[in-house]
Amino acid sequence: MITFESVSKLYPGGTQAVTDLDLQIATGSFTVLVGPSGCGKTTSMRMINRMVAPTSGRILIDGQDVADIRAVTLRLGIGYVLQNAGLFPHRTVLDNIATVQRLLGLSKAQARTKAHEAMERVGLDASLATRYPAQLSGGQQQRVGVARALAADPPILLMDEPFSAVDPIVRLELQQEVAHLQAEIKKTIVMVTHDIDEALTLGDRIAVLAPGGVLHQYASPIDILARPATDFVASLVAKDRGFRTLSFETLTGLGTTTLPVPGPEGLIDMSALAPGWGVRVNRDSGTAAWIDADGAVFGPHPLVPADASLRTGLDAVLASPTSAALLVDGTGNIGSYFTLADLGPLLRPNEQARA
Amino acid sequence: MNWLLDNLPQVLGLTVEHLYLSLVPTFVGVVVALGLGLAFGNRPRARAIITAVASAIFTIPSLALFVVIPSIIGTQILDPLNVLIALALYSTSLLVRTVFDALDAVAPEVLNAAEALGYSHARRRIFVDLPLAVAPLAAGTRVAAVTNVSLVSVGAVIGVGGLGQLFVSGYQRNYPDQILAGIIVILLLALVFDRVIAVTARLLTPWLHLGTAAAANGTKLRPRPHAPEVPAQHGTAAPGQETK
Repeated sequence: MITFESVSKLYPGGTQAVTDLDLQIATGSFTVLVGPSGCGKTTSMRMINRMVAPTSGRILIDGQDVADIRAVTLRLGIGYVLQNAGLFPHRTVLDNIATVQRLLGLSKAQARTKAHEAMERVGLDASLATRYPAQLSGGQQQRVGVARALAADPPILLMDEPFSAVDPIVRLELQQEVAHLQAEIKKTIVMVTHDIDEALTLGDRIAVLAPGGVLHQYASPIDILARPATDFVASLVAKDRGFRTLSFETLTGLGTTTLPVPGPEGLIDMSALAPGWGVRVNRDSGTAAWIDADGAVFGPHPLVPADASLRTGLDAVLASPTSAALLVDGTGNIGSYFTLADLGPLLRPNEQARA
Repeated sequence: MNWLLDNLPQVLGLTVEHLYLSLVPTFVGVVVALGLGLAFGNRPRARAIITAVASAIFTIPSLALFVVIPSIIGTQILDPLNVLIALALYSTSLLVRTVFDALDAVAPEVLNAAEALGYSHARRRIFVDLPLAVAPLAAGTRVAAVTNVSLVSVGAVIGVGGLGQLFVSGYQRNYPDQILAGIIVILLLALVFDRVIAVTARLLTPWLHLGTAAAANGTKLRPRPHAPEVPAQHGTAAPGQETK
């Protein structure tokens, strides 16, 4: 548990970076501090590992005031991922990752063994171990940054806009991997970002900060979307708000229609849905291809897992030439499909949120 | 040229003396400048004072310094220590500014990373700042070393000057061959110094010399043996020493 107790930070010169912040970050949670630049999100995060000292108030980690812990000791126990990876240009990938273990007093050989494990965990190819940071792509550098932060297995991980400097495709990939990693290792992660989408995708809890470091809302992503506490939060999530809400809703209660038995060559006759149409499933790639009366093929289209979000389900239907998508049930069986009409009852986000 | 070949043993002895008189001050200069740089690099006031003093020392003509030092520290006028101390002062003065600049040039995000990961200040200085400062420091050291090689010969006027003694006696005897021999060996010495420092720095900074080919196909790094290098800096340093 990381606790901010009425923490304020006033920089000399009069800039109020953080104003009377109270925040409780649960152990094992993924908390995202989000807000525009100048909202004190990075300052707040840096107070956790004492890179910034609060002007008033205190920060406790599991009940202990961080001000009472030696800064170096504190930081060695907290992983830190920087915006531009912040790798040491004079060290190889492996030695960059081994840094914290070395600082903790492990021998070079032991630290490197741990570093190899960390590389594996973040999906870095072992052949990169002997390279220098300048020889890596931005995405690879950021991966090394994550591996370096995780190598010593700290209970807390701080991430300072970790994905803002990489291109959108790599960003998405890294976000997914971090989410996946977190599901596995369950660290207490505090991440700073100005990207509300990123916050909504990754966070269990989101703290929305406004300029001057004023906390406007601290809630789950769905609450932020469905019940923004202030106009400021509302303006932050205004874009595609209704559609985004669907990401947090499931397909539970979805009415479906059983698929007809496949004919010869695996073609399923979908005339009941749309005259003349058929569909063919490719189990290997998890996709389906629609075929019209003239034999023209549309696809591949994704199959929708039963545990997918409403957003995924709706998107699949909207993308389909027949306005229908095939559903994969929990056992991997592809036995039914659903249409836009089937989604209708689920598409009432306000009722859902109130429920 | 013949004179040089005929008097090889004598020239060799003078070369060894010359080496000693130029190498030791260079080394001392690097160590002292590094110490000052690491200790005072982030203290603006101390830094300003050190830089000012260093500039002042560097403007003192070398001959004057050779002559004045004995009266300050009480050595014999012909003691080689005078030359060593004078040249060490020059080297330190020349290098201390380079050290400050080199340490400043370490990227802020790297320092930020070091702090966030849990480096203490002293540890960061030694294991992060210092290695990253090697390349600019080596450039400065090359200038200092070559400057020293030429300045040692001025010591010949007070009787301690390694190969510089060839100039003095060559001039007194009006014997150009001897002077030429001195020039040739000093030039060679400066060239060797320069190369040795450059190559050493290169070996110490493999991350600055990554072949693009190695980056692309993931082959192991190896130093490129015949990489072209900017010509030695003694060409620019040598005329400067004439004024000292």
